[in-house]
Amino acid sequence: MRATTLTRNIGHAFGENRLTLVAVAILLLLLLCAAFGTVLAPYNPLMTDGTAKLVAPCMAHPFGTDALGRDILSRVVVAARLDLGMAISAVVLSFAGGLALGSAAGYFGGWTDRVIGRVMDTIMAFPLFVLAMGIVAALGNSVLNIVIATMIINLPFYCRFARGEVNVRREMGYIEAARMGGNRALQVLTNHIVPNILPPMMVQASLNMGWAILNAAGLSFIGLGVRPPTPEWGIMVSEGASNIISGEWWTFVFPGAALVLAVFCFNLLGDGLRDLLDPRRRI
Amino acid sequence: MGFVGKRLLGTIPSLIGVVIVTFLLSHALPGDPAAYFAGPAANAASIAGVRAKLGLDQSLPVQFMHYIVDLAHGNLGNALTTGQPVLTDLIDRLPASLELTFFALVFAVALGIPMGVWAATKPDSLADHICRASVSVAAAFPTFFVGLILVYIFYFLLGLAPEPVGRLNEILYTAPPRVTGAYTIDSLIAGDWNTFRASLAQLVLPAISLGLFALAPIARITRAAMVQSLGSDFTRTARAAGLPRGKILVTYAFRNALLPVANVLGMVFSFLLGSNVLIEQVFGWQGIGAYAVSAVLASDYAAVQGFVLMMAVLYILLNLIVDLLATVIDPRVRFEA
Repeated sequence: MRATTLTRNIGHAFGENRLTLVAVAILLLLLLCAAFGTVLAPYNPLMTDGTAKLVAPCMAHPFGTDALGRDILSRVVVAARLDLGMAISAVVLSFAGGLALGSAAGYFGGWTDRVIGRVMDTIMAFPLFVLAMGIVAALGNSVLNIVIATMIINLPFYCRFARGEVNVRREMGYIEAARMGGNRALQVLTNHIVPNILPPMMVQASLNMGWAILNAAGLSFIGLGVRPPTPEWGIMVSEGASNIISGEWWTFVFPGAALVLAVFCFNLLGDGLRDLLDPRRRI
Repeated sequence: MGFVGKRLLGTIPSLIGVVIVTFLLSHALPGDPAAYFAGPAANAASIAGVRAKLGLDQSLPVQFMHYIVDLAHGNLGNALTTGQPVLTDLIDRLPASLELTFFALVFAVALGIPMGVWAATKPDSLADHICRASVSVAAAFPTFFVGLILVYIFYFLLGLAPEPVGRLNEILYTAPPRVTGAYTIDSLIAGDWNTFRASLAQLVLPAISLGLFALAPIARITRAAMVQSLGSDFTRTARAAGLPRGKILVTYAFRNALLPVANVLGMVFSFLLGSNVLIEQVFGWQGIGAYAVSAVLASDYAAVQGFVLMMAVLYILLNLIVDLLATVIDPRVRFEA
């Protein structure tokens, strides 16, 4: 019974909203690039070619080549792994951290709640991208620290969301029953509350992915974290920017378009997932 | 007055938190400023000497006290890259960033609110769908990418926009004498119309690229709030009483929709101040964002921390202003707080 409801729900989410189907297709493409990028790419993304600098898109180079003669299509494809990797690990980390902190704050209340709430408020008191810059500057200029910075600035959203969800469930009958049954606080949280707040948290995560991608790409655009010649969409846009004045648009448009496609895909997926998990929102 | 006082007091914990975080960023994290300041040829003894000179050998609480005293004196340390006090550098460049952010905000509000209102008056019409689609597409575009596309189209292809060389093409025009630091205002004060027009022209593309990102939340919230207040009882009553359509829309519905719009402005400022850094980078804008980027790349700790602190204080102040504006829009806020 449950399975058929789920299939019907999935069918509904896809049927009603074709865009979700498009988003799933884009996601598969992106994941394919991330997994097999080095095999799929027609050229070595690091190979320079002095005879083919700034070649416009053509049969041999569908996305053209950059100022060093590197094939842009290959670089865009290979970069998917790094860009998605940074964003996904940051989102997974803030998801886990926010879930733990938010559940604790919502379930125990009192001092735990006040201290955690105050820390989250302090993070939110900064313009978030600026705080991310400060964190990368303090921790050191590396890809790992970009992930950490992105994780920290996303933490408050998950934490507040989890806190609110736990708070409304804390006094519900089935939780009272679990408590009466002799479960310890931690057991009640992990076995009875968290499984129920995971689905709405997943929607948050999916909607948040696009923002995490933009944030990580923004940091590498200004020269943090990823070093040339590593292919990464943000840094490729920034490298291509110097060719604008002479009109070589392909150097920055294709990596930028890849970014837009990825963000758009995750935003659509988040909307689709929300429709799937919360049928009341389908009007 | 009670509300204003309470709201002012409410900023104090945020300010304390911000100061603690910037202190921790600069003093408690890995990365050794002493080794950096001592230079590549330093040995252990000279690094220790630099550490003692900078006060980095003392305990964290003592260092924190020194940090507070320095802050109270407006001393943010010296920037390595420019050799000047960080505060002087920042104040020098702040007007450029504020000018850009202000024009971006004006653009986003001037376009986003009418779009939202228009979409709300015709729910589920073609206009509504176009409005929503364009807003969600705009939200997927990185600010820096939008900036570059606009430069390519309007400067390279169409030749309508001036070269993206910063605030003013210094070869053709001379900067107006500094009064406020904002070129558009200073050139008006100096009565120099050519410079005014030139600096305004330089502003158009960066302000639009920055503002586009803020457009989405403003338009979306305006639409939602307007749909709600247009469907409410007081609007129905006003309509039944035969009031003119314009009056219902503006005085009844819009005034009540303004509060959620004002509340989303806080988030919008966070976007604007953050994306400012990216846009300044694209357009060669000589603001504090560009300054911070070069400081980060040069590991200029004092300058970066000063920048982060200044942006946070600015953000807190902007939120304060928004909250005070909200009480003007809707006096009920005072009692709820």
